Amino acid sequence: MAVESPRVTSVIVEASEYPDLVRKYQVSGVPKTMVNEKVEILGARPEEDFVRTAVGGAAAW
Amino acid sequence: MPILSTSDAARVREMLTDLPGPVRLVFFTQTLNCETCEPTKQILGEVAELSGQITVEEHNFLLEKDLAAQYGIDRVPAVAVIGARDYGIRFLGIPSGYEFMSLIDAIKVVGAGDSGLNDASRAMIAGLESPLALQVFVTPT
Repeated sequence: MAVESPRVTSVIVEASEYPDLVRKYQVSGVPKTMVNEKVEILGARPEEDFVRTAVGGAAAW
Repeated sequence: MPILSTSDAARVREMLTDLPGPVRLVFFTQTLNCETCEPTKQILGEVAELSGQITVEEHNFLLEKDLAAQYGIDRVPAVAVIGARDYGIRFLGIPSGYEFMSLIDAIKVVGAGDSGLNDASRAMIAGLESPLALQVFVTPT
């Protein structure tokens, strides 16, 4: 997604190394994706479902 | 002693065979108080040996704070995966296990400058009017 648009950035976080981030974003399972630090996407989703939720999440915030 | 087994290295070399463009792995590290920095350095070095298109650029996080800030990096180990431009893709923590394959995928996508997403997904992303920052939490196993 980041390659598709200059508006998109993507950070992959190794959760076990960063307990502070895990606490901050209440990560209890992986993969978990935060959209603009507000919207959660839990688990692996089909591509279009994921993109729709992420883009929708960005628009909402 | 390499971290990648001979068979894994062969598989990754195969995956990176047709990498169309150069990829820079901009790596921020520090010597003290960072258990995973040294193994991360080793993994990146081993990956770079598998493709002539991949280079590793190492920076000292503590001495090059301004550069780290330019890349939006505030902790180590961290890797910015840079292709024809900076697409905003970062890895925080050691890229081993599951995250290692994510790194290889990121290198392929960035080197190609092509997400590989389908047309419907591309259209939704093209319609973005505000910034979209994704943080994907993963674990090595």
